[in-house]
Amino acid sequence: MLKIDNLTANVADKQILKGISLAVNPGEVHAIMGPNGSGKSTLAQVIAGHPGYEVTGGTVTFEGQDLLDMDAEVRAQAGIFLAFQYPVEIPGVSNAYFLRAAYNEIRKARGEEEVDPMEFLDVMTEKLKIVEMTEEMLQRSVNAGFSGGEKKRNEILQMAVLEPTLAILDETDSGLDIDALRIVAEGVNKLKRPDRSTIVVTHYQRLLNYIVPDYVHVLAQGRIIRSGGKELALELEERGYDWLLDTAGASA
Amino acid sequence: MSAQSNYRDVFDATAHPDARKAWLPRMKIAAIEQFEALGFPTTRDEDWHFTSVSPIAERTFKPVRPSPSTLTAADLAPFTYGQSDWHLLVFVNGHYEPALSSFAQLDVDAQVMTFSEAFKEAPELLAERLGTLAPRTQAFTALNTAFMADGVVIRVPVDIALEAPVHILHLTDAHATNASQHPRTLVIAERGAQVTLVESFATIGGGTYFTNHVAEVIVGDGARVDHYKVQREGGAAYHVGTTQATQGRDSIYHSFSFATGAQLSRTNVYAKLLGENCEVRLNGLYALEEAQHADHQTFVEHIAPSCSSREVYKGILDGTSHGVFNGKVFVHPEAQKTDGKQTNKALLLSEGARVDSKPQLEIFADDVKCTHGATVGRLDDMALFYMKSRGIGADRARALLTYAFAAEVLELIELEPLKVALEALLFERFIPPDAA
Repeated sequence: MLKIDNLTANVADKQILKGISLAVNPGEVHAIMGPNGSGKSTLAQVIAGHPGYEVTGGTVTFEGQDLLDMDAEVRAQAGIFLAFQYPVEIPGVSNAYFLRAAYNEIRKARGEEEVDPMEFLDVMTEKLKIVEMTEEMLQRSVNAGFSGGEKKRNEILQMAVLEPTLAILDETDSGLDIDALRIVAEGVNKLKRPDRSTIVVTHYQRLLNYIVPDYVHVLAQGRIIRSGGKELALELEERGYDWLLDTAGASA
Repeated sequence: MSAQSNYRDVFDATAHPDARKAWLPRMKIAAIEQFEALGFPTTRDEDWHFTSVSPIAERTFKPVRPSPSTLTAADLAPFTYGQSDWHLLVFVNGHYEPALSSFAQLDVDAQVMTFSEAFKEAPELLAERLGTLAPRTQAFTALNTAFMADGVVIRVPVDIALEAPVHILHLTDAHATNASQHPRTLVIAERGAQVTLVESFATIGGGTYFTNHVAEVIVGDGARVDHYKVQREGGAAYHVGTTQATQGRDSIYHSFSFATGAQLSRTNVYAKLLGENCEVRLNGLYALEEAQHADHQTFVEHIAPSCSSREVYKGILDGTSHGVFNGKVFVHPEAQKTDGKQTNKALLLSEGARVDSKPQLEIFADDVKCTHGATVGRLDDMALFYMKSRGIGADRARALLTYAFAAEVLELIELEPLKVALEALLFERFIPPDAA
């Protein structure tokens, strides 16, 4: 589904990603862990097409297509979704309007009919349950004045509506209390399907108790320094990142 | 010959049929003399630094002669916000059209009428109050006083709330080409009274014309006035408007100015807080394109203590348009515990658009809280990326964010049908049809 080969990327002439290779197959959950500043969020944003990062080398293909050649909206229409670490507030645009606009763009790209506001409300009734949100949230401006937990739930709501084939969760657990974390994680799990894949970017193991990964990769200084199964996350929780960094440093 | 003496000639050649009200011709003669002495402002005047009125001063706009209007109720539909139960007073080319106007049930003792009617039914209202507020040092106000043909007076008596909003609709058509109109409004909200007023300016096929509007609003103790102005003049029009409000203690005055029209416009909204514990809100939105120029000046004068003022003005500028915002707040030494906040934001959609923003705080009391903030910018890259990451194309994301920038300030409009109508106007303007 997603194949990243020796990807390098800069921001403001500083190299952040220094050769990342990763393959994600349909149905798999991959966790990307690592200390602050390791390049985890950069990788997530580069896959989603953030214009602030300059890809300097390597390739990324998504379902056989050259992802790096697509604009961000085309990537979304192709089935990629990024749940933002810091969801953007858009005062003046209602959540309902925004969601329907996005939903219809994705439907158009899939060759499906657009839906009108009434039909969309029916769609939403189901989706709201997934993240335990009320209809009232739809009338508010996108993320404006939302609490941290509401913003993250709103991200998962968008994901539920857009039904991506590859969802990337960028530090979705940061700033969440345990109840919000449970709601968000359960929302993600409810959306799991054999043909959908998930990349979970996180600093802590906590979220992975709820969203159980098939693979765990440790990113440090712009490189994947260790890959393993879900037990690697538990080991990191126990021992921290330093022992891995020392090992990596010694082998470099 | 100077621009102002041209107007003197026009004035002298105009019959003044209302001479039977002796105070009025006296006031008008004083006004034209004052106008002659002041002359049109120039960019050397601090208050007009960024706005040259020479296109107005260089020609002499004569008041439109009354002519039977051919407009019908159907022609008004685009301008009445879908409301048929408001008081509606329609002026065409500066002249009142009773056939197009309609009135809701009026509370006992309240008055909503034209000056012509007021001369017959309540002459003391005008004699006592007209011209008492309008700033005497402004040339355009003097010109309005000299040339005003008719106007609207609203008086709401003690503790009466006028339920239906009053809508004064000023329309121009082709008869107004190369001519001027000088509409005038007087609002008297007595102690504890409440009234909502909408003043709209629009054109039906008008060419170049000049609207010079003055509104005086007296907000009595504990009274509340909500005052909306919608300026959608034709693209070749010139528009100058001045609103002066005075507030008694515990009173509330909310003003909202919406402007998308005219090639050159200047909108002044001034509030004097005379009594303790008043609240004033001066909000506004303007959207310009091509070579339009719009200048907004607000002036809040905190004279009494413990009053609060809130201002939010936003502008969206495209093409080679030019926006100006000058927000003055003056806090007198006696006005302790003043709480003032002013925000001014402009969004530039093109390389050629320009905005000059000048907040001006003069504070002579020591126990006050006054803040101001001004931003000029382009669309937020993060918000654009956020929308694109949800599948929304770049053009449409830009359109939505532009609309959102405007819609945020429209949220401050408490008159729901007006808010909905203005939202629809902007939606149509900024969002391409296939995206709705």
